[in-house]
Amino acid sequence: MLRRRRFRFAILALLPTFAIFAWVRMGPIVQTMNLSVRDWDLIGTNRPFIGLANFVELFGDSLFLTALVNTAIIAFGVMLLTIPTAMVLAGLIHYRTRSRFAGFYETSVFIPHVVSLVPAAMAWKWIFDAKLGPLNALIVSLGGSPQSWLFDPNLALFSIIVLCSWQALGYAVLIYLVGFRNLPTSVYEAARLDGASGIQAFRFLSIPLLKPITLYVSVVTLVSGFNVYAQAFVLASDSQGAPGRQVRVLVLDMLENAFRNYRVGYAAAEAMVLLLIVLILTGAQFALLREKGNSK
Amino acid sequence: MTRNQRKATDFVIDVGLVLFGLLMLAPLLMLVANAFKSPAEMVAWPPTLIPANPTLDNFRSVLGETPLLLWIWNSLSFAIMSTIAIVLTSSIAGYVIAKFPFRSINVVFALFLATAIVPFEVYMIPLYFQVKDLGMLNTTQGLLIGYLVMSFGIFLIRQNVLASIPDELIEAARIDGAGELWIYWHIVLPLLRGPLAALAVLAFFQAWTSFAWPMIVATRRAAYTIEVGLALFSTGYTVDLGKLSAASACVLVPSVVAFVILRRNFVQGVASTGMKE
Repeated sequence: MLRRRRFRFAILALLPTFAIFAWVRMGPIVQTMNLSVRDWDLIGTNRPFIGLANFVELFGDSLFLTALVNTAIIAFGVMLLTIPTAMVLAGLIHYRTRSRFAGFYETSVFIPHVVSLVPAAMAWKWIFDAKLGPLNALIVSLGGSPQSWLFDPNLALFSIIVLCSWQALGYAVLIYLVGFRNLPTSVYEAARLDGASGIQAFRFLSIPLLKPITLYVSVVTLVSGFNVYAQAFVLASDSQGAPGRQVRVLVLDMLENAFRNYRVGYAAAEAMVLLLIVLILTGAQFALLREKGNSK
Repeated sequence: MTRNQRKATDFVIDVGLVLFGLLMLAPLLMLVANAFKSPAEMVAWPPTLIPANPTLDNFRSVLGETPLLLWIWNSLSFAIMSTIAIVLTSSIAGYVIAKFPFRSINVVFALFLATAIVPFEVYMIPLYFQVKDLGMLNTTQGLLIGYLVMSFGIFLIRQNVLASIPDELIEAARIDGAGELWIYWHIVLPLLRGPLAALAVLAFFQAWTSFAWPMIVATRRAAYTIEVGLALFSTGYTVDLGKLSAASACVLVPSVVAFVILRRNFVQGVASTGMKE
């Protein structure tokens, strides 16, 4: 009787949240799957089933393939730049925890992660600006020749990677700091007694011990890299207001297909590709974690 | 290593970290500085941190050309409503899932968590059509529909309930005749103040900085959030960097101040996202 009453309360309490989840999450996810195998032009009411035709077309679509390659370069570029930097930085900050400036170290690295994306991107738009930017001014004063950072396709990709890494770094450092604080101090004591230097301890103790954290942060960074949109929109849009001409990314291509070309089914297929990438990355993370668990 | 050598190393590391910290902040500091500069001074090399002849022209013309304050208001009301919704749903669901061990409830929890893996961008388009069918495009409610719940919030509250609220406490209240809702409101919620504050700050910043969703839901200029307004303003034809810097500074300074005040809550919240495994 009591159990029954408790169960009824639990169900009633969960119901609103569950209903919202079903309505704004699960429903649209299922809808995306459903639309990805259909042809829908946004205006018509019939949405004929066309099997995998959208997906087949995607892999012959040069715009989509460009977007996919660009997005992958950005995601992996950000990861390769962020993870090693974050690990070393967190190690140093952790080592200097008792420093007078410890609070400043953490805050200064973290602020770029919390400020709004668009205003922060504006700052970098100025830095990279071909005519007004300090970066080119610096290059010229050092005897180099100015580059059009935001208009050359390769340099624009590079600029986006720098901007995204600048923002991603704070999160990675924070998670690594939690990791460093949870490491067993006894191991480091032993290493020190054996005469290991700080760098050796970092290389042979911290790096292997923090491997689960490295995996986690890498996957989070990669996944958010694959969802890059605002950064590319602001940084690499030209003055005619045609965003993304320079750097086409997946989310931009998807939104263009849905709202500019009125091909919602096709856009949904792109969304499914994005989901698949995310699932593979997350799956790889768990597989690698388990492998590590077994080898012990 | 001798003591002096050690001190020297520490000093070098401190200098390096301070320089790196300043480098991280430099783009933002320069942005704020640029907002007060005349066009001529903006291109000066080397760039000045404190403008020689500070001017408010950039601010004046931005406020004249764009409904900047309206955009900030739109973002603010959207973010506050989203925070309230996420804190409410997460605290109820997290508590029930932690303290009512029924098998069917665990299944529901697994479903909640499983959807967390799917990026918002994946199901954004069908969600847009739902909002459109409700006639809620260009409204705050429409924006809110995308940010009503947060899987991680439920998870965070569940972990905290498991760790810090003993079964005996709830049992004792039940024996004293307290109703379930009373227990939740008068016993559970006050004990969760810390994690709820962390979650609130996280939820607020998530909505405040959202971009892709407001970009498609808000299509009229008066309905833009500040992020969308700024981004579209920046792609306009005649806009110069001085005005953009001024507009950006108006958004940046309050959010940095808010962050510095709420730093502890924020760091606690973000740090706990890493504890998922």
